[in-house]
Amino acid sequence: MTGDPAHDGTAADTHASPASHDSSHGLTDMGYVQVAVALAIITGLEVWASYTDWLGPAFLPILLVLMIVKFFSVVLFFMHLRFDSKIFSALFYAGLFLAVGVYIVALFTFHFFDG
Amino acid sequence: MADVAVHEPTVHGDGPDDAHGDGHGDAHGTHYSSTGLSNNKLGMWLFLGSECLLFGGLISTYMLYRGRHSQNLGPDQLWDIPFTSSSSFVLLMSSLTMVLAVSAAKRGDDRNTKLWLSITALLGSLFVAGQVYEFTTFYREGLGYTTSLFSSSFYTLTGFHGVHVSVGIIMLMALVGMITKDRIHGDKAEVVELIGLYWHFVDIVWILIFTLVYLIPA
Repeated sequence: MTGDPAHDGTAADTHASPASHDSSHGLTDMGYVQVAVALAIITGLEVWASYTDWLGPAFLPILLVLMIVKFFSVVLFFMHLRFDSKIFSALFYAGLFLAVGVYIVALFTFHFFDG
Repeated sequence: MADVAVHEPTVHGDGPDDAHGDGHGDAHGTHYSSTGLSNNKLGMWLFLGSECLLFGGLISTYMLYRGRHSQNLGPDQLWDIPFTSSSSFVLLMSSLTMVLAVSAAKRGDDRNTKLWLSITALLGSLFVAGQVYEFTTFYREGLGYTTSLFSSSFYTLTGFHGVHVSVGIIMLMALVGMITKDRIHGDKAEVVELIGLYWHFVDIVWILIFTLVYLIPA
């Protein structure tokens, strides 16, 4: 609540102009294009990294970081999770963390029985 | 959190602005939960959360079995990174066209919504065609579904993803048809957004697959 009648969640807000709509709920179209260009550049970096020996032991961590950056760029900006209700984030991240947990448990289980 | 939930729909103009103020629906026919959030959107996010588990299991299985293959039929001999990188780029750009379709739908611009949705479906089809080509090539080189644990887990993971992309293409084309014939009863922008969420999810799964399966050496 801002105290401003135009932004206090009254019916006036339900008829917001397209311009205010874009700025309040996600990026502008140009903003989306910029994110896409960044994603394309990161993909190019990933492919370059996979062909070069220059990175040495840093190759795997760098590749994983780039993957995570791409993943969350799409989730936060294209899927609007950054601008939407935290309840949606909770539903999605619950599934995501559970999936990662299952992988870690499975990995340790395999190593345990192999050893 | 509650503050966000109460404010979010009103700021966007798609909230529980029903005349009775009971939070159950609006002029578009969209239904809202007691949190003020759209039931459809809650359902979609719940579905995507459960899909994380499905693909988490498939990716885990692949990662565990990726080394279980014969000498000459492993990732190092089969992968064509330039080709797969091109496919990944196509799918990544389809996420951009999808978000532009959502943006156009929120402006009430049906013409551009249909245009961006059609381009998204086209890019998705290109990706699936690339996957079919890749599978055919691998099969001709001797990598069948039951050749090794590696091949089974690889085909299952990428095949499931391909099916998801195909389902997304069908939904996109159906949506274009429904918008053309004005068959969407309710909040049109929300319907486009829901299908957009599904499409972006398919994209983020591929972001993981591309790095973990193709780029990290076995």
